[in-house]
Amino acid sequence: MSALYLLIGISLFVAVSFLIAFLWASGSGQYEDDYTPSVRILFDEKLQEKPDQQTKELNQITE
Amino acid sequence: MTALTIEKIHVHCEHCGDLCGQEKVVWHSHYFCCQGCQTVYELLHENELNTYYQLESKPGINRKHLPGSQKYTYLAHPDIMAPLFDFQDTHLAKITLFIPAIHCSSCIWLLENLHRLHEGILHAHVDFPKKKVSITFQMEQLTLRALVELLSTLGYEPEINLATKAIQKTRTDTGLILKIGIAGFCFGNTMLLSLPEYLDAQALISPEYKQFFGYLNLLLAVPVFFYSASDYFMSAWKGLRQRFFNIDVPIALGIIVLFTRSVFEIISGTGAGYIDSLTGLVFFLLIGKWYQSKTYQALSYDRDYQSYFPVAVTVIDRGEEKSVPLQQVQVGDQLLVRHQEIIPADAILLEGDALIDYSFVTGESVPMKKDANDLVYAGGRQIGSSMQIEVQKPVSNSYLTQLWNQEVFRKEPDSKVSSLVNAVSKYFTWGILALSMVTAVFWFFTDSTLIMKTVTSVLIVACPCALALAAPFTFGHTIRLFGKFGLYLKNAEAIEKMAKADQLVFDKTGTITHTNTHYAVFVGKRLTDYEACLLASVVRNSLHPLSQIIYRTLPVNSATYHPENFNEVPGQGICALVDGKEVQLGSDVFVLGEKQGEPGSTKVYVKIDGMVKGYYSLENTYRTHFPQVMRILRKDYKTHLLSGDNDREKEKLTPYFSELHFDQSPVDKLQYLQHLEEQGAYPAMIGDGLNDAGALKQSKLGIAIADQVYHFSPACDAILHAIQFSRLPTYLQFSKTSMRIVKTAFGLSFLYNLVGLSFAVSGLLTPLVAAILMPLSSVSIVGFITLAVNIKARSLFKKPDKNQFFS
Repeated sequence: MSALYLLIGISLFVAVSFLIAFLWASGSGQYEDDYTPSVRILFDEKLQEKPDQQTKELNQITE
Repeated sequence: MTALTIEKIHVHCEHCGDLCGQEKVVWHSHYFCCQGCQTVYELLHENELNTYYQLESKPGINRKHLPGSQKYTYLAHPDIMAPLFDFQDTHLAKITLFIPAIHCSSCIWLLENLHRLHEGILHAHVDFPKKKVSITFQMEQLTLRALVELLSTLGYEPEINLATKAIQKTRTDTGLILKIGIAGFCFGNTMLLSLPEYLDAQALISPEYKQFFGYLNLLLAVPVFFYSASDYFMSAWKGLRQRFFNIDVPIALGIIVLFTRSVFEIISGTGAGYIDSLTGLVFFLLIGKWYQSKTYQALSYDRDYQSYFPVAVTVIDRGEEKSVPLQQVQVGDQLLVRHQEIIPADAILLEGDALIDYSFVTGESVPMKKDANDLVYAGGRQIGSSMQIEVQKPVSNSYLTQLWNQEVFRKEPDSKVSSLVNAVSKYFTWGILALSMVTAVFWFFTDSTLIMKTVTSVLIVACPCALALAAPFTFGHTIRLFGKFGLYLKNAEAIEKMAKADQLVFDKTGTITHTNTHYAVFVGKRLTDYEACLLASVVRNSLHPLSQIIYRTLPVNSATYHPENFNEVPGQGICALVDGKEVQLGSDVFVLGEKQGEPGSTKVYVKIDGMVKGYYSLENTYRTHFPQVMRILRKDYKTHLLSGDNDREKEKLTPYFSELHFDQSPVDKLQYLQHLEEQGAYPAMIGDGLNDAGALKQSKLGIAIADQVYHFSPACDAILHAIQFSRLPTYLQFSKTSMRIVKTAFGLSFLYNLVGLSFAVSGLLTPLVAAILMPLSSVSIVGFITLAVNIKARSLFKKPDKNQFFS
């Protein structure tokens, strides 16, 4: 029966890691805009250039 | 009235999808409604941005009315620019712009691919629900002005005004989402851990495990109790301090009792506690709260004149034009006001052809012609050419902006809690307190060891979960339903106010009439076809707005002649030689040589071959179905009309209103509403312009009507899309239906409470019963409401309108 402690421990660990993922997602503003990403993902990206390294840096500064 | 025949050419513009009229442009075998649309198409085509047209069919924004080239000069001014940026250093800048025109996935695609149109743009990110785009660009390669102009060229004209500057970057309330997430997580896990309790616990697991599960449950309940449920404690405490039992008092009481009793049972080892019910209760309640808090992020309900006024104006200083932020404008400054620009302060006209549209400010339906040295009021929109004015009063102290100094604009908003729910919860709380007392007394005489158990059971079961969900879900559904049909509510309270309204006050210009579709009516001897052709040939060559309005009333394709000696005198009129006949049209002085009638009236006289034929007078058109709408509304409501315009249309409007008042100043309107309320009425105001702002604010329910809901509308409780005007009676009726549904749901949840209480008072409330009863009641109430709202909606909103734009 002591396997139960282990199993519950593991299941709680998994559940808590999902909770932490949720907290992180919520904190990083992923619930700010719940529509645009659903459209953006359908765009064909082959023509799009990768955003500049500079832009990435700037986004980090401003966020 | 001249008959308006529409030529039947069913060709739609490749760019914006509008019907191509007479002015159609053909480019590479594609049709466009105007040159502007074609330019954008060509630009996108050259830059291999054709995907824009593939994602959605004809997604463009009509480019017939282009902004003037001088419009954004002010964006070079450092004082204006600096606060607009999110981030700025020597070469990089990031700015977030509000663009009301964003409407489809093609818009998102194009804006996020802006870097392909200009290499100065590094990155663009669209937030569709807020209609905002954040753009990172290199200042050396692209100035802010050039960026805004590029966006405007494409049709994505950003809205920049004093209020947008003031708005801080508001983040949506992530607190509620976090609370729901944590409550949901704990709810799921406690259900799992409580499962053995629901079955026969003794046979399944040993007491040792039972205790372990109990403590785990307790651990999971802690964040729910102290974090997720904290709002309810706070709100209940606030209510109690005001000596008032709001709905959160019994909820908070229930949550506290649930928690303490569970803690006691688990620690003492006497039972399993009600942790699953506790977490479930908080989870459901928070979901209800979230569902009701539906907001339209791109809409703004709290704007004042600052959002309408320009950020900067053009000051003429010793013959030189320069942009100056509006706040720095002083009395005595000379300003240049161009076509479609707004007069920012009360001023005197120095020179120029002033034709001013006051419809938004005073309610005058027809543009007014002003002469030099006339006073022009702030808020008017100049049409036609440019004019020069000299500021007479500070911006904040003009005829119009004075309205915002009134008492009503300093008033704190009413309490946010629904008055119906509050009224019910007052009796409800007393009821359960009385019942728990009776239970305590009863068990004191029967079996005093069970007092605590039964009393806490009563408080647990009575916790009005279903009751607390009834209003949020009904209102949440109603807000979404109204939004689908073009009425955007500020919050759920607006529904209750709508249901209560007993008198309706209407504004005239822009509310029951169309804002921009002036119609020229010819007064005089009917023009022959030949004369109409002559006239059309002349006005076609003029860019003056009045000429264009007249051109639209003349038969299509009648401009067959080429005028000679064409001479347009600004502010006066036009004369030309057509087919050998002299055609003159314009003001009384220009055509007749003498003043006629009252000053300020807009009449265009027509003289052909020396004969005065008559004049064109501008009229408004009423909104579609206006008479039908008013006929329905008059059955149930007392209707009032408050117009800033003169009373020449009084006779026409008398059948539709109980009371009519004309020549009303913005302050008069506000006072009229005050007066109605003093008489005990519950008036709703329906208006559109800045002059209605006071009345909208003063009324119990202010509905602003707007042709473009994302553009400016004065502070209000709801924004109605103008094409949905005919549904006004339906909305009002449905708000009452909503309230009836809430009341029925209250009745149902009382029934559940009665069943639960019968278990509780007899001491039979086990965790299992509680765990079944609580979600069952909540889910069935929510189910009932959803069903009821949808069935009622189907019968009331029979024909869904295909022209919805808020999908």
